[in-house]
Amino acid sequence: MAIFQARTWLCRSFSTLSSHPLHVCVVGSGPAGFYTAEKMLKAHQEAEVDIIDRLPTPFGLVRSGVAPDHPETKIVINQFSRVARHDRCSFFGNVTLGSSVSLLELRELYHVVVLAYGAESDRELGIPGEDLVGIHSAREFVWWYNGHPDCKNLDPDLKNTDTAVILGQGNVALDIARILLRPATELATTDIASHALAALEESSIRKVYLVGRRGPVQAACTAKELREVLGIKDLCIHLQEADLLKTPKDEEEIKNNRIQRRVYELLSKAATTGPSHPRSGQRELHFVFFRKPDRFLESDEKRGHVSGVHFEKTVLKDVGDGKRIAVGTGKFEDLECGMVLKSIGYKSVPVDGLPFDHQKGVVPNIRGRVLHDTSGDPTLLEEGLYVCGWLKRGPTGIIATNLYCAEETVVSISEDLNLLASKASLPKPGREGLLHLLDNRNVKFVQFSAWEKIDSTETMLGSLKNKPRDKLTTWEELLKVARE
Amino acid sequence: MLGLGPCNDSSPMDNVLLLGPGASRTRVLVRATIMLLSKVSRGGLWNWNWMLLRQLSTPITRAGYIQRPYGYSYSYSYSYSYTHYLQPLTETKVVRGSIFQKRHHFSTTTTSNASKEGGEKKELISVTFVDKDGVEKHLRVPIGMSMLEAAHENDIELEGACEGSLACSTCHVIVKDMEYYNKLEEPTDEENDMLDLAFGLTETSRLGCQVIAKPELDGIRLAIPAATRNFAVDGYVPKPH
Repeated sequence: MAIFQARTWLCRSFSTLSSHPLHVCVVGSGPAGFYTAEKMLKAHQEAEVDIIDRLPTPFGLVRSGVAPDHPETKIVINQFSRVARHDRCSFFGNVTLGSSVSLLELRELYHVVVLAYGAESDRELGIPGEDLVGIHSAREFVWWYNGHPDCKNLDPDLKNTDTAVILGQGNVALDIARILLRPATELATTDIASHALAALEESSIRKVYLVGRRGPVQAACTAKELREVLGIKDLCIHLQEADLLKTPKDEEEIKNNRIQRRVYELLSKAATTGPSHPRSGQRELHFVFFRKPDRFLESDEKRGHVSGVHFEKTVLKDVGDGKRIAVGTGKFEDLECGMVLKSIGYKSVPVDGLPFDHQKGVVPNIRGRVLHDTSGDPTLLEEGLYVCGWLKRGPTGIIATNLYCAEETVVSISEDLNLLASKASLPKPGREGLLHLLDNRNVKFVQFSAWEKIDSTETMLGSLKNKPRDKLTTWEELLKVARE
Repeated sequence: MLGLGPCNDSSPMDNVLLLGPGASRTRVLVRATIMLLSKVSRGGLWNWNWMLLRQLSTPITRAGYIQRPYGYSYSYSYSYSYTHYLQPLTETKVVRGSIFQKRHHFSTTTTSNASKEGGEKKELISVTFVDKDGVEKHLRVPIGMSMLEAAHENDIELEGACEGSLACSTCHVIVKDMEYYNKLEEPTDEENDMLDLAFGLTETSRLGCQVIAKPELDGIRLAIPAATRNFAVDGYVPKPH
């Protein structure tokens, strides 16, 4: 406790030892980026923090990931906005790491560079048929209904089929199921992208399968989301009672884990209240367990399009250390569908000059300090380079997880700065340097005040349609409004 | 420009005039200005709005108390914020910044307090917060205020990402004594769903925004959990301790 207080005092006194401001650049303006910026501003009274993002709009997945029918989860934007408006903080939108400015250049301009740009790619299944039309990653689909400019033209076909299969049973999978199955009238008053609402209003999808490799005890979703989807009006829930049978190992897993216990209880209750015979047109949600996708089936009528998924039945096998994985049994089963959504995990993208662990999909680091390579040697550090968020830990956790992640990274930064303070630390160009560089490259960056113009435009457009906002979904529109 | 956050169209001085009753207005105004200037000159506008609110509300409430013997004028600032929790969750209201907005709310609360003529004083209870470094802070919290709000009004570092909408777990507090824990109402399913995700969950954990001050809780001690170094991800909760 006392050590922490002493450390805090040391951090604050950096300013008395150095006569120039501490220049910090945070790459990525999602929760990881903003929590890091907030904590850096607090811990170092002389720090100037610049947050860059490749999009003109800030907030990362809070804007483009959180489902439209979850507005309370987005309230944290208020806190992040206060950080962006802080006098020692500046937001630079439309600045891409790698093309607008390189990592090397950032490290020359700033004393501290924190990479918090998350995971903008997807885990692949690596099975035949994965490139058939009608198969999308969850990330793309979520970006599509949340109006991310990169997925405006995704154009998923919701009219050719009445069945969609979602691979994965985490919260993202549940979000997608809910958006597909909720009556469009309920979505019309959310901030869902207009093009998605239009498509969903004409959607013929009535049956959604949520398929997991393992059992209900191992389902990755959490109680709130499950409770919500089970409570949707006129939605028929299908669950095999047989799947709910627990082995002694399952019992043990549940005993020690509150989340899994409560999720399992919700699923059991859903199974016992049982599906009534579906009335025509009534929507169905099926929870399917112990199925692993083997390959995708191609339609005979529409070549190149998916018509179903070939699954292998699985059992759980002990692999030591208390861990169990799903292994195939050699028995197979097909599920017909016209659309498949892979919700099996996101993946980070490396940039030039950045050490990267391709196996784990993260930047090798120790408590946020970037390591020179993946050897794990803790003495080989990349000076002044840090990571936070999904790029550091992998694509898991909730918004609040980044609170602790940022705290850890900022403590590492502060410790390193204290070591530096004892030697003479050189001044760096910081924000001035970045502005100069961006100007030379003719990069039209978007300041926070310009984002506020986009914000008020979206809010105004939304008020015309009884929505909290009507998002601008193309790069052109966003940059045009930003520059007004 | 101080940069007053979401509501830039009003200055703190407008609100001083609004809150301060009658003849003591000038005194209140001068006092508030002095306190504001001293705060600004000490540098660091970090967490300005809570500092500002406290500086503004303290002289005002004392002046207000002198003028109105029934009903502490703590209620001007506090009970507005409480009504926020009574509003439907679909509206996203800003609690912190909105203390400087929605002036009509002030008038509704003052009339409701004014109607309690004849001595129903706003009671205060003792609450102790223990932060993650073990530092204790003793507060007097009005009945009806949530612990999250009380923390923010007193510069205690308790996060509140969703501002009391039961959509996060960042205001997680640990009730230090089982006796007090048992005096609280059972958490709803919604609160339990959020507690599932809280870091360092214990058997006496609650969300600070859901613990509302009542007379039976006088003397309650709340600990803010320390962020663990090897915090877990993806909802896995370490064994309760």
